[in-house]
Amino acid sequence: MIAYPHRHLLALQGLEPPYIADLLDLAESYALLNRSGKTQRDQLKGRTLINLFFEDSTRTRTSFELAGKRLGADVINMSVSQSSVNKGETLLDTASTLNAMHCDLLVVRHAQSGAPALLSQKVDAAVINAGDGTHEHPTQALLDALTIRRHKGSLENLVVAICGDVLHSRVARSNIHLLSAMNCRVRVVAPPTLLPAEVERMGVEVFHDMKTGLRDADVVMMLRLQKERMAGGLVPSAREYFRFFGLDAAKLAVAKPDAIVMHPGPMNRGVEIDSAVADDPVRSVIGEQVEMGVAVRMAVLDILSRNLRRNARP
Amino acid sequence: MMPFSSPDILFTNARLLDPASGLDSPGSLLVSRGLIADHGGSLGVPDGATVVDCGGAVLAPGLIDLRASLGEPGNEYRETIDSAAEAAAAGGITTLCALPDTETPLDDPALLQYVWRRGEALGSLSILPYGAATRACAGKDLSEFGLLKEAGAIAFTDGTHAIGNARVMRLALSYARAFGSFIVQHPEEPDLARGGVATEGEMASRMGLAGIHPAAESMMVARDIALARITKGHVHFAHVSTGAALDLIRQAKDEGLRVTCDTAPPYFDLNETAIGDFRTYAKLSPPLRREEDRLAVVAALQNGTIDAIASDHQPRDADDKRLPFAQAAAGGAGLATVLGVTLARVHGGDLSLLDALALLTCKPATLLGLETGRLTRGALADLVMFDLERGWKVEAGKLPGKAQNSPFDGRPLEGRVMGTWKAGKRVFG
Repeated sequence: MIAYPHRHLLALQGLEPPYIADLLDLAESYALLNRSGKTQRDQLKGRTLINLFFEDSTRTRTSFELAGKRLGADVINMSVSQSSVNKGETLLDTASTLNAMHCDLLVVRHAQSGAPALLSQKVDAAVINAGDGTHEHPTQALLDALTIRRHKGSLENLVVAICGDVLHSRVARSNIHLLSAMNCRVRVVAPPTLLPAEVERMGVEVFHDMKTGLRDADVVMMLRLQKERMAGGLVPSAREYFRFFGLDAAKLAVAKPDAIVMHPGPMNRGVEIDSAVADDPVRSVIGEQVEMGVAVRMAVLDILSRNLRRNARP
Repeated sequence: MMPFSSPDILFTNARLLDPASGLDSPGSLLVSRGLIADHGGSLGVPDGATVVDCGGAVLAPGLIDLRASLGEPGNEYRETIDSAAEAAAAGGITTLCALPDTETPLDDPALLQYVWRRGEALGSLSILPYGAATRACAGKDLSEFGLLKEAGAIAFTDGTHAIGNARVMRLALSYARAFGSFIVQHPEEPDLARGGVATEGEMASRMGLAGIHPAAESMMVARDIALARITKGHVHFAHVSTGAALDLIRQAKDEGLRVTCDTAPPYFDLNETAIGDFRTYAKLSPPLRREEDRLAVVAALQNGTIDAIASDHQPRDADDKRLPFAQAAAGGAGLATVLGVTLARVHGGDLSLLDALALLTCKPATLLGLETGRLTRGALADLVMFDLERGWKVEAGKLPGKAQNSPFDGRPLEGRVMGTWKAGKRVFG
């Protein structure tokens, strides 16, 4: 295993494949340990992990909390209300507060792209981006990759179709970076109004039709469509969206027979995904994604804790 | 500005540069009672005159900044008129045209006169305020062009706000003709640009930032050229930053329409990659563009499509910028760096020294109908002396004046202001 070269995990763009592979290997070993019931470790004993969430989240926050506790860290959850976030100075005030608390590992979710990067310049702690605006969500992409690898054996040459609101999706961006780096063939499938400008320059193939975009795919990754996108005029209605871009059995039929179905959650059933597909015990790996989330976050915390500036206090 | 009654000054050993007449030769320049008395190859030292040995440095007309924002009145935490004057003097600027979209917009003759008088009281910088084109710069109802012009309005604009409504713009262009004035437009189609914080494209997509398509600029330019054609009015486009808009402006000029434009140093010196790592000091309006657009701006400086270089100074407080990118205020400080960054194009071989200086002196003067910006005998001795070769580094935190938000932070430059004179009085160096 090669030493991870950064203090923080802010983005997957630019992270070299060997480091990604290492993280996935370590996460895999944590996944096995977690399943075996030997969950308690002490890598992070004496370390303080703060979950700093400026946006509501249940799944990601809980997953980091569990990961930190399983590694023996002291875990504190801080939720900051949206109203005080808008007074920007709060972010840097928060940074100095955290420094005073001698926080070692800081998990940040924020509605603004680049907010964790800004914090990382001001705090002594290692910063883990738990989702920033429409920029990146690195641990989600890592857990997606681990889930895929467990089902397909390897990421090499897989066809992965990422479908839906790519424009507003930090999950999509992190997945595009990671999967492209690991030699997957990544497709995005969405109406043009939900695609970022020049998305093809991020190394993906672009489709506007599910039946061609999903053809012979190994992995079908659905994205959440937020209701306010309808109000913004990007999509005329939920029923039209579901008809043309929602995943149902008929659309899934053009993918490979053993294609898996993924979703980062929380799902809008009947909007981007049909319940029959989401709950299909054979095709859907949505539950396993959550399980891998804890393992991946343990691996990330473990690896970043090796590069901390401050020595652990016993 | 009243001529300054002081001993005569004889500048010797200077490289005299006057873009208006094409003069570029070694020599001396005599200032008497605040006016340029004479210049030539060698002048005798009059009795009691102070001698300034330029040591071979360039002596040129003081710079005329076609567009800058002041924090005052209303946002003194960002910049006061005094602090802007300090930065302007250090940048070689002796005349500054102030945008009217301050916290208290300059849509009233009394307010406008207040700003003008503040400049006069400084004695180091002429401040020529623009009048608000519409009341409160809100883009709806025309302001009182006639009364504002009487109070000293140099022209009319809503500053950093685009006049989005086509009918209002048509009326403004028409009505301004009655007073021999023109309208300065912030060329950005507001509906298309709404919410955007960076130039739309791969860079913004990767960073997860909402984009503004470059066509937001060229669409507005195309619309206003059409309005200039039907009104016979004069439209001036501020900080033009895209090749598409510059092509349209070139065609309009060739057609004989009264269309002029300026650009600002960020648009010929930087491209969108400067916002990498979410660097908010490089968040500007319009946003920094792609490299091909930067090159198009350089070409338009060369071929005369662009009439002037403005500092586009937008003072911002550190707290305006220490925010996540989308929430940070747009705008960069520019007074102290406009000359140095322009000279980088001279050192880079894109512009001759005279052509570069013309864009900062006689060309904006002509546009504004000013007599300054030239080394004319009898004119006010507004002068800048700079060492063309001397290197320095732009460092936010160490710039003159209050506003430190330079998009050029860290940029090494060649060409440094050594002294600035306003009406014969030394105000810097």
